[in-house]
Formats: sequence, C-alpha cells, structure tokens
Amino acid sequence: MYSGYSRRMSTRHVLLGLLAAGPTHGYDLKQQHDARFPQARPLAYGQVYTTLQRLVRDGLAAVEGTDSDGGPERTLYRSTDEGSGELARWAEEITAPAPFVTNEIFAKVVVSILVAAAGTRTAPEGRKPDAAAHLRAQRAAHMERMRELTALKTAPGADLSTVLSADYALAHLDADVRWMTTTSARIDTLTAEVNAI
Amino acid sequence: MSTRDEQPLPGAGALISARGLRKSYGRTEALRGASLDLHEGEILAVTGASGSGKSTLLHCLSGIVRPDEGTVTYGGEELGGLPEGRLSELRRRDFGVVFQFGQLIPELTALDNVALPLLLAGTRRGEANERAGEWLERFGVRGQADLRPGGMSGGQSQRVALARALVTGPRAVFADEPTGALDTLAGEQVMTALVHTARESATAVLLITHDAQVAAYADREVGLRDGAVHSGSAQAAGQEAVRREG
Repeated sequence: MYSGYSRRMSTRHVLLGLLAAGPTHGYDLKQQHDARFPQARPLAYGQVYTTLQRLVRDGLAAVEGTDSDGGPERTLYRSTDEGSGELARWAEEITAPAPFVTNEIFAKVVVSILVAAAGTRTAPEGRKPDAAAHLRAQRAAHMERMRELTALKTAPGADLSTVLSADYALAHLDADVRWMTTTSARIDTLTAEVNAI
Repeated sequence: MSTRDEQPLPGAGALISARGLRKSYGRTEALRGASLDLHEGEILAVTGASGSGKSTLLHCLSGIVRPDEGTVTYGGEELGGLPEGRLSELRRRDFGVVFQFGQLIPELTALDNVALPLLLAGTRRGEANERAGEWLERFGVRGQADLRPGGMSGGQSQRVALARALVTGPRAVFADEPTGALDTLAGEQVMTALVHTARESATAVLLITHDAQVAAYADREVGLRDGAVHSGSAQAAGQEAVRREG
C-alpha cells in the first residue's frame, strides 16, 4: 500500500468537506472517505467519531439529529457556518512546498555513503551498507508498485478517484526513481574518481 | 541478473533471444555484450540513460542492424545467418516498429499510411483499406482517416503509427520512445492503446524508454548501462505475460 509522503491529509478538513454535501452519519462518512481516497490508508471508525466529536466541540460541526433507518440509532452530523468558513480557509491555503527533506530512502542512502566513507572498522564484514545496491533494490520495489498502480488506473471502468490517486502516487514514485537514478550515477562517478587516485 | 561477464544460453521458449551482442559505430562501443529474451506476448521495457545502447539493442533485435558479435535468434532462426531478402520479409511480416516521431509518410493520409504495409504484402486495395480502417478505429483515430500527418496532433500521429505497426498482425512490436514527444495525457492514451491491443493479440512488445512511468506499463524491466544489461533479469519467464493476459 502506498503510504504517501511526509505531509499527512487533514482528516478533520476532509470530513468537513464530505459534510458539505449535507448531514451524514459517521458510518457513511467513513465509506465516502474510502471511496474518494482509494489509495489512502482506510479511516478507522474510531478516528471518524473522535474527529466528529472534536469538530462539534470546536463549533465547526453540529449534531443534526438521529436516524435509525430500521437499524440501530445513528447520530447525524452537519457542517456549521464556522465549519464552512474553516474549510474554505484551509482549501485556499497554499501548502508549503517541501519545507523539510525528510524521507527514509534519502536517509538510508546518505547514511550508507557516510558509513562507506568511514571505512570498514565500523561494521562487521558482510554487513556494510551499500548505497548503490540499496538504490537498485529500492528502484525495483518502486517499479513493482508503479506497475500495480498503472494496471489499476488503466483497467477498464476505473473511476476518477482511482485514476487521480494513482496519478498522484505515480508522479511521486517517479520523482523518487529519478532521484535514485541520478544518485546512482553520482555514486558511480564518485567511486570512479576515488579509484583513479 | 545477467551482466556482460555472463552470457546464458538462448532462453527456452523465448520469441527473440539475444546473446552477447556487441556493436560499435567507429570507435564508439554502443553494445558491449548485451543479452536478453523477449517472450511471446510479453511487454518488456528496456530502460537506461542516453547513450546506454537502448536504441542500438532495438535495431539489432529487430534485424535493422547486424551486430558485430553475438547472436539474435527469432523463432529458432539466427538473424545473422539470414540473407537480406529473408530478413526484410521478417521485418515486414513478423515485426512492427514505432519510433518517437516522423515515421508516417507525410504525403499519405492516415488510412493510406496504415494500409501501406498490407499493400506491400500483396493484400488487395479494398481489403487493405477495410483492415486499416478497423485498426484506426481500435486506436481511436478513425475520425482522422483522411488527414495527412501534418494535420494531426502528435498523439494522434503516434496512434496511427501504432495502427500501422500492428495492422499486419506481427508477433513482436519494437517501440523506441513512443511517447517521447508527447505530453503526459497524450502519452497515456498512446501507451494504454498499445498495451491493451498488444495483450488482446498476444503480441510481444519491446519498449525502449527512459521514463519510469512509461516503463510501468510493461510486465518487467531490463536496465542497460554502458551497452550491457545492468539490472533486471535478462531471462524472466514469459509466464508473467501469459498470466496477466488471462
């Protein structure tokens, strides 16, 4: 499952956005969330109800009533004017473009290069981190995921939410692959220069 | 993994099998011992940086260029041992080729461009036009049948080029950066059309690309570096393609 990058989605704003269509109960909100964001981690019911209670506490949502529909009684929630205002503010706010470079692949490669530069005394033989080998293996894993996502979005009848989320994931994985390719080439050049001395 | 130091035997059941290919242009070594297998119905991406030997590999595998050393075997026949006439017949009948751009004949309409390989193979004009029209339909460019290449968008031209490459029912299509000159959405239409059609007709595709998003349409990927296979498996089983087809 593609887990996204350093910035998480704001569950409270996503729920406010779903409430904009009209009063809904927690169960339906969870279903709608998972349908609209098919490659995201599915929302837990507990997280939906906790977030709804906080929205009510902050005046951004209100309890509209209850609805049993033949089954157990369920609480209906609606967005308030304050909630609509907060949603508009959030949607208009420009997201800071990559303010911090924090990514596990990046960290592993940098650390592997540092360990290699420190020589063999830091690790037992056979357990030395190898940045170039790691990049090759990580690239293969990225490509496997990219093949899955491509098959998903080009399958007959794929809906818009699936296509958009696959596009988003593919573009980010592609950026990783480009960085890994460039880094592999830089490591090769660096190694060749060191070996030539 | 296969490297330039290992030259495995021709792959059992491979449609096209290359072993130890070397090719130089003047003092430049474009291929330095490249080996790979393309299986029936498989879509294989060959990736690598500029100058890694991707296009030369495609030219050797498709019989356009003869390697200086090494062998290319197609359906049990070694291409190096074939006279030019037989090689030419293979290229016309069994192989289709698509380049980045500029491959359509500018004076001909889209329909005539697609009908041309059939006419060269001896098909009568009426039947050739009918089949060319069907292939334009499959690639979503039937409406452009009477247009010349200059009157079409890049994406439409590439889909016409794909129709022309597939109209003779080849067993293998060689595509060299087929989306290289297109924007993302036009490239996606071309790749989706190519992959769906190839899977329907169990045509093998060798796809040359430097773009990971394009390579992700393939069943597997082989990376070239300095004229040899550097990553991926030269001999992955063709069963993967067969499984996806089902």
